[in-house]
Amino acid sequence: MMRMLAIESSCDETAAAIVRAGRWVEGNVVASQIALHATYGGVVPEIASRAHVQALVPVVRQAMEQAEVGWDDIDLVAGTKGPGLAGSLLIGLNAAKAIAYARDLPFLGVNHLEGHIYANWLAEASEEGIAPPAPEFPLLCLIVSGGHSDLVLMRGHGDLVRLGRTRDDAAGEAFDKVARILGLGFPGGPAIQKAAERGDPSRFPLPRAWLPGTYDFSFSGLKTAVLRLVEPLGKDVPVADVAASFQESVADVLSAKATRAAAAFGVHQLAIAGGVAANSALRQMVVERSPVSVRLPALKYCTDNAAMIASAAFGRYIAGARSDFATDVSPNLPVAPADRALEARR
Amino acid sequence: MQDAPWVGGSLFGLEGAKDGMPERVRVETHGEEETRQLGAHLSAAVRAGDVLLLLGHFGAGKTTLVQGIARGLGVDQPVTSPSFVIASEYQGRIPLYHIDLYRVEQMDEVTLEAIAEYFGGDGLCVVEWPGSVPDELAHGAVRLELAIMGEEDRGLTLEGALPRLQAVFERFGAGRLAQTGRHGG
Repeated sequence: MMRMLAIESSCDETAAAIVRAGRWVEGNVVASQIALHATYGGVVPEIASRAHVQALVPVVRQAMEQAEVGWDDIDLVAGTKGPGLAGSLLIGLNAAKAIAYARDLPFLGVNHLEGHIYANWLAEASEEGIAPPAPEFPLLCLIVSGGHSDLVLMRGHGDLVRLGRTRDDAAGEAFDKVARILGLGFPGGPAIQKAAERGDPSRFPLPRAWLPGTYDFSFSGLKTAVLRLVEPLGKDVPVADVAASFQESVADVLSAKATRAAAAFGVHQLAIAGGVAANSALRQMVVERSPVSVRLPALKYCTDNAAMIASAAFGRYIAGARSDFATDVSPNLPVAPADRALEARR
Repeated sequence: MQDAPWVGGSLFGLEGAKDGMPERVRVETHGEEETRQLGAHLSAAVRAGDVLLLLGHFGAGKTTLVQGIARGLGVDQPVTSPSFVIASEYQGRIPLYHIDLYRVEQMDEVTLEAIAEYFGGDGLCVVEWPGSVPDELAHGAVRLELAIMGEEDRGLTLEGALPRLQAVFERFGAGRLAQTGRHGG
């Protein structure tokens, strides 16, 4: 069975993984820079690049040790080509290319967002024998992260079309910015969820941008509404209730649009992916509303990791794709081409 | 400055006149689409090498204005917040470099080197959250401040601007620029 080494360094995590047959995770290591950047309240790109350079070799070595494999056991090498920060992407992609070249192995440059989708079918190698569910095409995936909010129809490996996207802020970006407005710190997703646990989600009816007739999203207006709500209150902000009401608004729109699209396109499976897919309110609402079976990625595979990159590379590989060594980083790479019929109606 | 009385009409006068040339021009827009229209009109007056620093809090309409500028430049790609990727490049009549330093609270050498290429280059450079841009790069840049005046109302103030950009604000404020119908967005 084919064994892959994948490297991911698109933003603030340096990650390497060894995955067999596209789904059995034998080694998975993520070096997080969150503590490093929290001091600055955000990501400092150059600090990120330098941290990637320092972390890369130890992370790859550790993933191989976890998997108990040597260089001769690896059949394919994959690296994230985009989207992400150019300086960060370069480190991981070039390392992957160098290893593939040195070992004379096939190489694949992977779309980070497509990787997030494949996090849904990863399983621990130690549990092999218990057959996990496989992707059932056609499927619909809602990808929600710090930089992206996309609704994607997937008809097969390597056959994706984007039905909708955010028109302004990504869902995760809204979480980060609202967390800052509420003084909850970085990263915003877990902070908002924790604060919302003690809050009343119906206390403040915050706006929802439905953008009828499209599968697009918009979270900029919601962010502004939160600002306008809390600014006059000074120090007396009911943080828990605002956090809960904000989270409810985001989860409501995301789950409603995803489940509506799932019904409209007659898919067999609905998956969610990306950092915001770790949010419990969103997970619960998607499950409650979906007309078809739902895949929820394990929490540890929601955020950036390399196992998902290996899995996506495997999907592309069996569909016949190969990348050459001229493959460059693509910081603004979209998840997939837009659906033409929907785009025309926009 | 934001507390200054906003007297009738949409053009709020020219403050701090120097050498007969106004230094500060303000207009008010009512709704996102009007902010985009102002952006589209501005795009007709910009030249390669111009740098526009956008100031204003969350929701003030910075990205919305850039969407209008992009539309006016003939960019056919969707313009979204670049907070995550820090810099987005678009192809229009001239290149549009959309930079967002929200996540870059402290500028460092290599980031500076990377974004410096966009300043005064072959296209229009628009920077959101420009707080960490060093003075030497900000020199000669136009500052455009957006303030939330009401639910849909935004006050836009152009400062240290080039006369050709000021002229757009003045004509827009006086209602002498076409308020075209909605297209796209």
